[in-house]
Amino acid sequence: MKAAVLAVFLVPIAVAAEIPPAERRSGYDFMSRETRAMQDDEVTGPAVLSLLDGEALWGKLGCASCHGDAKASMRGVATRYPKVMDGKLVNLEQQVRHKAPQLAYESRDLLSLTAYVARQSKGMPIDVQPVQPQLDAGKAFFFRRQGQLDLACSQCHDDNWGKKLAGNSIPQAHPTGYPIYRLEWQNMGSLARRFRNCLTGIRAQQYAPGAPELVELELYLMWRARGMKLESPAVRP
Amino acid sequence: MARVVVNVPAEAKKGEVIEIRTLAGHPMETGFRRTQLGELIPRDIIRTLVCTYNGVEIFRADLHPAIAANPLITFNTVATESGTLEFRWTGDNGYSATQSATIKVV
Amino acid sequence: MNRRGFLLLGVVGVAHAQLPPNIQEIRKKALDEAIRKVVGDAQVRTGKVKLDVPPLIDNGNAVPLSVEVESPMTEADHVKAVHIFTERNPQPYVLTAHLGARAGKARVATRARIADTGAVTAIAQMSDGSFWSDTVRVIVTLSACLEEGLI
Repeated sequence: MKAAVLAVFLVPIAVAAEIPPAERRSGYDFMSRETRAMQDDEVTGPAVLSLLDGEALWGKLGCASCHGDAKASMRGVATRYPKVMDGKLVNLEQQVRHKAPQLAYESRDLLSLTAYVARQSKGMPIDVQPVQPQLDAGKAFFFRRQGQLDLACSQCHDDNWGKKLAGNSIPQAHPTGYPIYRLEWQNMGSLARRFRNCLTGIRAQQYAPGAPELVELELYLMWRARGMKLESPAVRP
Repeated sequence: MARVVVNVPAEAKKGEVIEIRTLAGHPMETGFRRTQLGELIPRDIIRTLVCTYNGVEIFRADLHPAIAANPLITFNTVATESGTLEFRWTGDNGYSATQSATIKVV
Repeated sequence: MNRRGFLLLGVVGVAHAQLPPNIQEIRKKALDEAIRKVVGDAQVRTGKVKLDVPPLIDNGNAVPLSVEVESPMTEADHVKAVHIFTERNPQPYVLTAHLGARAGKARVATRARIADTGAVTAIAQMSDGSFWSDTVRVIVTLSACLEEGLI
């Protein structure tokens, strides 16, 4: 398997080219018709229960006391993260935790509440600011060869998107739908968890949830996906 | 908290065949997975879904570990009269969840 | 028996003892047994049943599938139950849906776990005691980049 993957990259490739804006496509487009239907099912799709939990938490944790009705106050919010709050670059999960620190990373409650908040921006274009030096740091991470397989994210997701890896199509890696219900996890999960899966996949150094490196990478990917529509909460294979 | 969702049309014509969709939050642990240390994780699944329409059973499903997590079950019934549909899920380790929905049949 | 024969017998004996059980065969037997429990000695005919499952599956953990059976769904002539099986899972049963004339339409849908490339079978049990079936062969692919790093 490793030899097969390496063989792909032994063929000389043109200098790693970013995907032209007009050619950007969401991971949604690389899924089968049936998986897409699961994402589109707003009544009994796999992410629906998490949204209902999130709505309940919004009430129970007292978010409404400052923010009122989430449908109004949270509209557009998820399209702007990661952003700088109180001098620190944070992603949406971290901002939610800032107000509810008892919610652990990757906990069911944090995922549900984040999914509920993100859902209020569904269909809106991603609109993050190019915060420096974090954006450059995230971009450098994306283009850096790492780990035992000496692979950079860009080699799969910029240069070889659309081709197959283990029978599945390689998507372009736009975080258009987080938090997602990943069929592989049989559960909701964050972008940080997905990154950790990628890092395991290329046998590279892991980062803990909330690590600044992962937030910088998220900023770069959201910047790379600017203008694309948010689909949260999405379903992915 | 046993989280379930049922989707029943609020209104239907007498004799119309309606579609009912149900979703239950449950990991559906198969009993075939092992921990990192090799220990078998015991089975923990929803085993049955029963639906009654004004007290009469109109649908029953036996679920097995091959049903995906957060089970979706969709089925049909004839809208015979106005009333209440009751749904009951039961499973391993005393799992039990209920939900009801009313329907107006014109 | 000469020495060569004795050694050969020993090698074959040890090799046979070390062979892992034929999982495929065991699962096929379990599937046949499960179907026989439902159907008994009756003949299962192909037809009337439409099993809708994607032939190429993104991820075997959640596969949308539906079964619809042609039937007037009257008291005299209806589908009593729909049984769904798969041949490559650790156990063959997926779902049994008990219907009846009040269903109006003999259709049931769910999301299943299908472990490996192989056949999915739906069997309809009719009120007149007959059995009808449909089988679809599916290909299950793996997602890339997992938590346990299988790739």
